[in-house]
Amino acid sequence: MPKIKMPRSNPSLDMTPMVDLAFLLVTFFILTASFRNPEPVQVLTPSSTSEKIMPENSVLITISPEGKVFYTISGFDVRKKTLERMADKYKIKFTAKEIEEFGKMTSFGVSMQNLSKFINTEPGQREKFPSTGIPMDSTNNQLSDWIRFGQYEGVVQYKDLKDAAEASGRQVVIEPLRFAIKADGNANFIVVKEVIKTFTDLKIYKFNLLTNFEKGPNE
Amino acid sequence: MAELGEGSGSHAHGKKGPVRAKKQSTRVDMTPMVDLAFLLLTFFVLTSTFSKPKTMEITFPVPPDKNNPPPPMKVNGYTFLLTKDNRVFWYSGEFKDAPKNGLPATTLTEVKFGEDLNKLLLDKNDLVEKAILELKKKRLNKEIEDTTYKRLAVDAKGDPKSPFFVIKADDKAVYRNLIDLIDEFNICNVGKYAVTDIMMSEINLINQATKE
Repeated sequence: MPKIKMPRSNPSLDMTPMVDLAFLLVTFFILTASFRNPEPVQVLTPSSTSEKIMPENSVLITISPEGKVFYTISGFDVRKKTLERMADKYKIKFTAKEIEEFGKMTSFGVSMQNLSKFINTEPGQREKFPSTGIPMDSTNNQLSDWIRFGQYEGVVQYKDLKDAAEASGRQVVIEPLRFAIKADGNANFIVVKEVIKTFTDLKIYKFNLLTNFEKGPNE
Repeated sequence: MAELGEGSGSHAHGKKGPVRAKKQSTRVDMTPMVDLAFLLLTFFVLTSTFSKPKTMEITFPVPPDKNNPPPPMKVNGYTFLLTKDNRVFWYSGEFKDAPKNGLPATTLTEVKFGEDLNKLLLDKNDLVEKAILELKKKRLNKEIEDTTYKRLAVDAKGDPKSPFFVIKADDKAVYRNLIDLIDEFNICNVGKYAVTDIMMSEINLINQATKE
């Protein structure tokens, strides 16, 4: 059978601009992306018209819809030092590896007694860990201690970095420590009030309440 | 084997003369690279979240103690009470269990989230609202700078003559209600507000109102 000859045109086209663009975009996304750390609990914050963005350097309290309280603080070193102080106060020993692992961890919602078990859980399994929330009743207010030590370490680190920056004449890029509360919209107000009371008892009165952005009426 | 290869090679060339190196195309097949680039691109586009979570800054009042008694609720103030099922009640002025100084005892009025609440707040906060509108107009007409506007707006919101708003919630309210209410305050330019603890007498009134 004779072959039908098609008019020949070069099937390979110049892909260079496309590749250039693709790599440009890839580079952009790689550089701008900040990975969201896996949280042990899913929280749906209520929406508001506020446009202030979340402070970088903060103590973050997460409150789940069931009213469990989770804690984290920004900064690898600050987290580790905070844990060391807590371990000292509660007389619980942590291995160097556990402290290292804690530095990499995000929010947790377990008591000091269960913390090492939580740290030793695989990161992927932590969501399934039976977190009970950090105890914060008046007789055993571990949350208060976490906040207090975290605040201390956070302030120390801020001061160190600021001094170092000023000594070398660089600009101070780190923000002072702030206190943020990320509560689920369906969380009971009482729990939020308890957390706020824990803060106000420590003479901390200014908070950032995390919300989703929602467009307000005519601005 | 070698012989065979040589033989077939010479056969293929056929022609005499210097054996030229075969011209190699300078083009590299870029398809796998492009595939990879786009795969990565898709991944990053889908996983990246641009918006950082937004926050609402709020300062809580210092809890009252012996040295620092709670300030008396002024006449020029409104209290909002949050309770279950997203319901909001409000009353104006000081809380009164029984008629006092010729004024009737406090009764609660219900207000719905949304337009009703917005209207109520705009009405009560009329003084500040008008001042802010005036400032906005001036800013639009370039009579004042943005920074001046911000400073004056803060001053206007803190006007001593403007009413004070108090938020209280009972143990059945959810956190979303609190945020919604504060947000509505922000929208309506309410500068003076605080979240405080609820009183037993107020809880009783709410219970009565919700039972009906």
